[in-house]
Amino acid sequence: MNRARRDGLVGYAFVGPFLLIYAAILIVPLLMGIVISFNNADLFGRREWIGLANYAQALGDPVLAQAFWNTLTLTLLIVPPLTVIALMLALALNRSTRLAAILRGVFFASLVLSVTIVTLIWRFILTPDAGLVAVGLQAAGRAPIPFLSDPDFVIPALAITTLWWSLGFPIMLFLAGLQQVPGDIYEAAALDGASRWTVFRRITLPSIRRTLLLVVMLQTAAQLQIFGQAQLLTGGGPGGASRTIVLYIFEVSFGRWVLGYATAIAELLFGMILLVTLLQYWLVTRHEGQRA
Amino acid sequence: MSGLELIDVSKSYGATRVLDSVSLSIAPREFIAFLGPSGSGKSTLLRVIAGLETLDAGEIRLGGERIDGLAPGARGIAMVFQHYALYPHMTVRENMAFGLVNAGVPKDEITQRIAQAADILEIGSQLDKKPGQMSGGQRQRVAIGRAIVKQPRLFLLDEPLSNLDAALRNRTRVELAQLRNRVDAALIMVTHDQAEAMTLADRIVVINDRKIQQVGTPAEVYARPANAFVARFVGSPAMAMLPVEIVSGGDHARVRLPGGAEVQTAVRAEGLAPGTRAELGLRPEAVSLAEPRGSGIPATVELVERLGDRTFIYCRLAEGIEIIACAPGFSPMRPGDDVTLDIHAPAAHIFTADGTAHHPEARP
Repeated sequence: MNRARRDGLVGYAFVGPFLLIYAAILIVPLLMGIVISFNNADLFGRREWIGLANYAQALGDPVLAQAFWNTLTLTLLIVPPLTVIALMLALALNRSTRLAAILRGVFFASLVLSVTIVTLIWRFILTPDAGLVAVGLQAAGRAPIPFLSDPDFVIPALAITTLWWSLGFPIMLFLAGLQQVPGDIYEAAALDGASRWTVFRRITLPSIRRTLLLVVMLQTAAQLQIFGQAQLLTGGGPGGASRTIVLYIFEVSFGRWVLGYATAIAELLFGMILLVTLLQYWLVTRHEGQRA
Repeated sequence: MSGLELIDVSKSYGATRVLDSVSLSIAPREFIAFLGPSGSGKSTLLRVIAGLETLDAGEIRLGGERIDGLAPGARGIAMVFQHYALYPHMTVRENMAFGLVNAGVPKDEITQRIAQAADILEIGSQLDKKPGQMSGGQRQRVAIGRAIVKQPRLFLLDEPLSNLDAALRNRTRVELAQLRNRVDAALIMVTHDQAEAMTLADRIVVINDRKIQQVGTPAEVYARPANAFVARFVGSPAMAMLPVEIVSGGDHARVRLPGGAEVQTAVRAEGLAPGTRAELGLRPEAVSLAEPRGSGIPATVELVERLGDRTFIYCRLAEGIEIIACAPGFSPMRPGDDVTLDIHAPAAHIFTADGTAHHPEARP
């Protein structure tokens, strides 16, 4: 066996275990999911080929339409403020003082909490009888707001919970991005007489545009799949006002055992996330090719 | 109009003092080199002048106006950074315009100044490129261009040649020399390379150990180093320092080498009491190879450096002391050869134990 061939085999031996596991738990289920979505299938293994019928049903399903708008609203309520707040906090924490180091840990801490604990905490805060917000409102002489049972308040309540929970990771990404920016260009900008706002707009922001894109893409993909908070905090209620797409998929597959229809919705969501992510990538990078 | 004036400038980082009461006066169109080893404080001094570091005590004046309280951008100073510090996401044109836009310079004038600078630096065809698409030499031109367009009263150059390869370095050195004729401003260049300082600067400021050691023209610094540090640091190869004892003589000091040989110097004997220990400073050109079997100091060759027009011969005396001789042309000497050295005594310097220099009297 010659050397090049042996090196090649060694290479495959190194990546082989990963590729096997990756294929077994990601690629195969993905393909199986696509196949199942063309079937009338249940959880007990029944499969009956019905072509695009599941997809046709999805397009006419009013519950799915409501879940779609709920999810979209949540994503729009969460991603922009999350990105802006995380960037502002990262800018404030991007210094080497002891206080900044402690606060970096504090903001990152919410990330390690599981969704169960996060919803529990926010249930305490939002509950209309004795929650923190209710107590505050009563002290101010106002009636408590039933956040989790009023259709107008349930989506904002979910958004705030998610914002609080999700801040840590984007802050870390932004901090990592900010630390990549060479310090001397800030000094050059100081000698160029740039104001703080000019430095932010013309130096910092362009320098971290890749990180910004990454944060927006990751968060959009994550929030379009929002599930745990909705299920645990409200169960999708009241009257479906907080039912998200993934929660609906969960109900259809594990509540009504209609696996084929659920996978069809899942594939639609997959396509939607792919489309949105690619669109964002194109919007941000389309100018770079011309100049590079 | 006066140029830059530093008055008792001091700077510490925590408990570590990095600049200790530095005072310096620079004429309006002078080219100054801050020369010193790493960690000497020369870069800190440059950054203090630029306003990138605050000073703890002292004053900085430029053109008669006190500037040490001003923001970096308001001082009328432009700086070329060691790693150029170009804005990577901006084109060359935008890089050069950035400071002018911030200063509120009218658009027509910005265009005109950039065109002029691009013309001088021959980067007119590169204006729409980004720094990442350019070579190191081109980037440096852009960095210089960005400084020129601001029409500053003072240019600061931080190790301007250190990132360039040898060929480009020589060319850029010539260009820097031309640049100073084109701009109506003083220039301060930080360097640890004495060849740069010697060839470019009107005056050299030798900095070491947080303080200015000597300010003088390249010739002064080379011929009359203020102390033992300057003597060792300036000149390549470095000045050899031989431990000697002062012996009694006439008007001029006479010293005894460790081997017993005595040398009559041209240094005035005042302040050099017989019996005291001192160092005899000898530039390579003051030491030559004697004729075979001639009188002189015996030594062994350790290393031979042939530069073509002359050869430096690194020798060691019997007592283990290093001394460097210079021979014209290509010397056939080889390491291990035994040689006899002639010392050209009128060129020798004497440094007393505290580092103070005593120079030979200029010959009439």
